[in-house]
Amino acid sequence: MSSENKKLRVLIGKLGLDGHDRGSKIIAKALRDAGMEVIYTGLRKTPQDITRIAIEEDVDIIGISLLSGAHETLLPELCQLLKENDAGDIAVVAGGIIPKDDIPVLKQAGVKAVFGPGDTTKKIIKYIKSIGTNE
Amino acid sequence: MNLSEKDQRDSSVLELVDKMLKGSVRALGKLITLIEDESPGSLEALKKIYYHTKDAYVIGVTGAPGTGKSTLVDRIAVEIKRQGFNVGIIAIDPSSPFTGGAFLGDRVRMMSTSNDNDIYIRSMGTRGSLGGLSEATASTVKVLDAFGKDFILIETAGTGQAEVDVIKETDTTVVVCVPGLGDEIQTMKAGVMEIGDIFVVNKADLQDADRLAGDIEAMLRMGYESKEWTPPIIKTIATEGTGVVALVEEILNHRGYLIRNGLLKNKKARRIKQEIMEIARNKIIDKISSNETNQLSDALLNEIMLRDKDPYTTAEKIIDNFAEVFQKTHL
Repeated sequence: MSSENKKLRVLIGKLGLDGHDRGSKIIAKALRDAGMEVIYTGLRKTPQDITRIAIEEDVDIIGISLLSGAHETLLPELCQLLKENDAGDIAVVAGGIIPKDDIPVLKQAGVKAVFGPGDTTKKIIKYIKSIGTNE
Repeated sequence: MNLSEKDQRDSSVLELVDKMLKGSVRALGKLITLIEDESPGSLEALKKIYYHTKDAYVIGVTGAPGTGKSTLVDRIAVEIKRQGFNVGIIAIDPSSPFTGGAFLGDRVRMMSTSNDNDIYIRSMGTRGSLGGLSEATASTVKVLDAFGKDFILIETAGTGQAEVDVIKETDTTVVVCVPGLGDEIQTMKAGVMEIGDIFVVNKADLQDADRLAGDIEAMLRMGYESKEWTPPIIKTIATEGTGVVALVEEILNHRGYLIRNGLLKNKKARRIKQEIMEIARNKIIDKISSNETNQLSDALLNEIMLRDKDPYTTAEKIIDNFAEVFQKTHL
């Protein structure tokens, strides 16, 4: 009977027309092995889909993988939809191929962190655990 | 925690219940998390929720991993919704016995329902339960019921032969089989093959689907003369939706059969009894566990290993001590 039962629930999914899911699968498996419950949505979701799933599943964190270049449209839209639906407290974290120059805009839109090639799963797990427990 | 803190916590939880009852999916999701984590206030929430339940009909879908349960549940939900009912889904996948983590991937196959605002899906890890369900399944059914779902589909974690907990929580149990996993001897084994109210031979376009259906039928006919309900066998191709209308028809037939014969009421009474016992048992175990930690010292364990004492007498002592403490605090 305490918060020690609290399990981190993380949604891992892909937004938009982007068929490359190896990265998101690697992250999902790493988070699973770190003791989290990973809700895996699969490919080609819209910001509306992700918002609804995040709310139904009551996740703590949303991890979105994007390699299509559409991050500047899709991620701010997702953050906005979450806010509109009383779910602005769910942290959005992005990964994939996102140019450094685009990161400030995304962060301003509400994306908490952006990871990319070269970031270890260890680093990502550590970060997710830190924002998960700060809630 | 002092009293006012507890009061404050309970009132915020009850506020969440109110929001859920008014139709907030956000509140529904949060309540299920609260209950699943056994967070403070969850019991107070459930006490209130119970009075708003309306006997939603619960369908369990079980079978081995990869037999097509998620796809089939997706199609069943769409068909039941088409008939004008409000549907909720609980999809269970295994939690790791080592890390407690889980990969909950049932939604990937639920393409139609996952994009449907009216069908609520909740993915759950088994979190240590071994029978194909999770401990919070029964409570989650209640929350969905109170939320206004007429039908609740439970998809178990992939089951092998012995994980039969699903029958404890469901009104109709659907067992999903696929061709190619063994001969007729497998259909004769006790356990999962006994619990189906309806059997599905999915992937019916594969070779040997007819033989499997025949084997199951032969098994069912052996010794079933006395039973009023003979489980039907439905062939489906879930990915194409073939056979799903017939399957839902049989589910509703079974429901009608249970209602006509007063069996549904019996089932519910049995379920409530078992639930009360389980809640009481868990509470006692919690109390003993929090009481016992100081009793089971390393020194004592060492004595037992050296055969100076035995585990049985020690366990009896724990109970005796607990009974004493219990009497002081409760009577």
